[in-house]
Amino acid sequence: MSEQEKYSRRDFLKKSGYAAGGVVGGGLIASLITMQVMEDDPKTKNQSNGGSEDQFNDAFMFFTNRDDFRVLASSCERVFPEDENGPGAIKLGVPFFIDHQLAGPWGNNTKEYMQGPFYKGEPTQGYQSRMNRGEIFRMGIKKLKEKSQSDYQKSFQELSAEEQDKILTAFENDEVKMTGTTSAEFFELMRAATIEGVYADPMYSGNRNMEGWKMKQFPGAQMSYIGKIESDKFVDIEPQSLHSMLNK
Amino acid sequence: MAKTLPKVDVVTVGVGWTGGILAAELAKDGMKVVGLERGKERSTEDYLHGHDELRYALRYELMQDTSKETITFRNNRKQRALPMRQLGSFLLGENLGGAGVHWNGQTYRFFPYDFEIKSMTEKKYGKGKIKDGYFVQDWGITYDELEPYYDQFEKACGISGEENPMAGKRSNPYPTPPMKSTRSLDKFSEATKELGYKPYRIPSANLSEPYKNQYGMQINACQYCAFCERFGCEYGAKSDPVISVIPAAKESGNYEIRYHSNVTEVIYDGSKVTGVKYVDVQSGEEFIQPAEVVALTSYVMNNVKFLLMSDIGQKYDPKTGQGVVGRSYCYQILPGATGFYEEEQFNTFMGAGALGTSINDFYGDNFDHSDLDFIHGGVISITQTGKRPIANNPTPPDTPRWGKEFKSNSIKYYTRTLTIGSQGASLPYKENFLDLDPTYKDAYGLPLLRMTYNFTDQDKKLQKYITKKTAEISEKMGASKTVPNPELTDYSIVPYQTTHNTGGAIMGADPNSSVVNSYLQHWNAENLFVVGASAFAHNGGVNPTDTVGALAYRAAEGIKKYRKNGGSLV
Repeated sequence: MSEQEKYSRRDFLKKSGYAAGGVVGGGLIASLITMQVMEDDPKTKNQSNGGSEDQFNDAFMFFTNRDDFRVLASSCERVFPEDENGPGAIKLGVPFFIDHQLAGPWGNNTKEYMQGPFYKGEPTQGYQSRMNRGEIFRMGIKKLKEKSQSDYQKSFQELSAEEQDKILTAFENDEVKMTGTTSAEFFELMRAATIEGVYADPMYSGNRNMEGWKMKQFPGAQMSYIGKIESDKFVDIEPQSLHSMLNK
Repeated sequence: MAKTLPKVDVVTVGVGWTGGILAAELAKDGMKVVGLERGKERSTEDYLHGHDELRYALRYELMQDTSKETITFRNNRKQRALPMRQLGSFLLGENLGGAGVHWNGQTYRFFPYDFEIKSMTEKKYGKGKIKDGYFVQDWGITYDELEPYYDQFEKACGISGEENPMAGKRSNPYPTPPMKSTRSLDKFSEATKELGYKPYRIPSANLSEPYKNQYGMQINACQYCAFCERFGCEYGAKSDPVISVIPAAKESGNYEIRYHSNVTEVIYDGSKVTGVKYVDVQSGEEFIQPAEVVALTSYVMNNVKFLLMSDIGQKYDPKTGQGVVGRSYCYQILPGATGFYEEEQFNTFMGAGALGTSINDFYGDNFDHSDLDFIHGGVISITQTGKRPIANNPTPPDTPRWGKEFKSNSIKYYTRTLTIGSQGASLPYKENFLDLDPTYKDAYGLPLLRMTYNFTDQDKKLQKYITKKTAEISEKMGASKTVPNPELTDYSIVPYQTTHNTGGAIMGADPNSSVVNSYLQHWNAENLFVVGASAFAHNGGVNPTDTVGALAYRAAEGIKKYRKNGGSLV
């Protein structure tokens, strides 16, 4: 897609909102589902997803209800918010990245040693939960919802950014009681997965339109720097994804 | 009931660098060699779409499947060891080529001091210099004796390098010239020269030019694409066992690799080994492979595990200090400092695994330890291995770990930080050891290896001292702000540190304080060779692979001698 097309599509989205989705192409409808899922979130309303092409995989593989997904999305956005550098976690597709990761080997801990007995270990001994990552996310999101209600009598995504940060900080500092895992463990997983979703190859549904890479000036999957490695100056290179390598 | 197969000359347990080198040398010499590889076959063609940080670097595509096998870990004997449920501190390899496929390619030799550390230290500083509880000992071989084997390994790889003025004597120059330099490497060179040090380019297995090794195998020129560590090379430009030595073994017609073959026992009759038992993990069938010679050629962990499980040699007992198997497990420490640059942006995303420049002015006894309460030291380097965006989010201290400020700073400093790193040598300590876990089992019902390990006083002092030196270099390079690495606390299995694990089946001149002799031949089983970094009597302050390769060539020669004459080789 050319730069011009990208921006005109963005402008169109800004002006028309998702209600206009029905009259345009399938790709656009798919990308608008991102917004539909986010429709109650004032911070994400009327935003495009970065002008990406068909997003048929913007759908749930792991989550079963929209409210849980919205809570996750709002949390990720606090970890990596939209700012003057560029898009935040939501626009970059990070919530879908995490949904898809949780549905796969990572969420199911298929490469982790999950035999008992299970004991709470020392911090130096690492992950000792009998729960897999998917289960930890489910419980963590449930606890985020409960804490928002008990502290503010509102849903998590209705809170101000400052209030959301307060709740997330309590999780990070391990101040929220959870069973089978800890709130700090959930927070660390969510934080790590958010950063992964920002910068992983776009084939995984995050890093939409390579915007994560562009912000960081990382050129993605380049085959060679042999002609540039000796340069005394910084070299700005248009990023390239694994998908584009396959099509060459 | 296990099926017994026809006897072969040599069976190797694992097919990485050491298994590959033995196969190339022995099969070429006419011996029938079988390599048992627990994982799958793979080759250069499998890495074409490998520039995927998530899959390879974060999800460990090339690494050991810890759902099947892992270790347990505790910091000390009073703690309950718990399974390392996911990889972290170090990255164990799996499949053909083992960890030799996902290495960076930094190929330093150890130094003459390393091999004679005890005698040299006592001679210069007296007997009290080595503190109680540290099993510091000579290796039973000198640098000069090992030199020809280093030379063979470096020729097999085609190492790109230049003379290091502070290293041991070389019989030949490096096979290929050093790699290209970069802005950040040049800054390091200038600064270290100004400080009176002697910089040299890191010997690299990412080759500066195309090269043909002694077996006629072609290794290509590095493209500086920056995907080495945790990745395989799609160009065949990083020497690894699969391109450098295994094809030579295959060409001989005397070599067979059996994949998906997980060894469960070395069969030992009390004086010799008769072969190994293994399971085909796809069919579930069990086999016994009889052999004249068995070579344990897996990583440190499994080399030691096989000896413990098969009850070969006296197990180390930390209560009495007696026994040798599992003793002297060592790691490394990572002193260093990060410089933040406000005025300059660097091409940190380009690079190669072994692209860098080092000094050895603070290695071994190259600096006076009279007034220092530790011995040894470490290499100090700058490397440009290619920073990838998920794992590299450097921020100045006091930046929050998430949120707006984190985002801004991590983006800004991704290309505006240069790290001066070190690998601090690690000395064996009586409380750091490997044995079998009493509780946890692997997928085949065998006990997991248990690691009891913590950083020592020696480590803490060395970390502090070298960190200060790295910070001085960073300041000299003109960093706007330099942040030294923190002081050491307890060792943690969680964050990645280094895959330079050593010891547990160490070499030496005395059967009471070592497991194998200087040919890696087991003291208690003359036809068993235990090859790898498991043989290191301590861990030096540079990457271990060159020494692993050299010891494998030494062991290959030992096996040839043994097949001719039998008996103990020393």
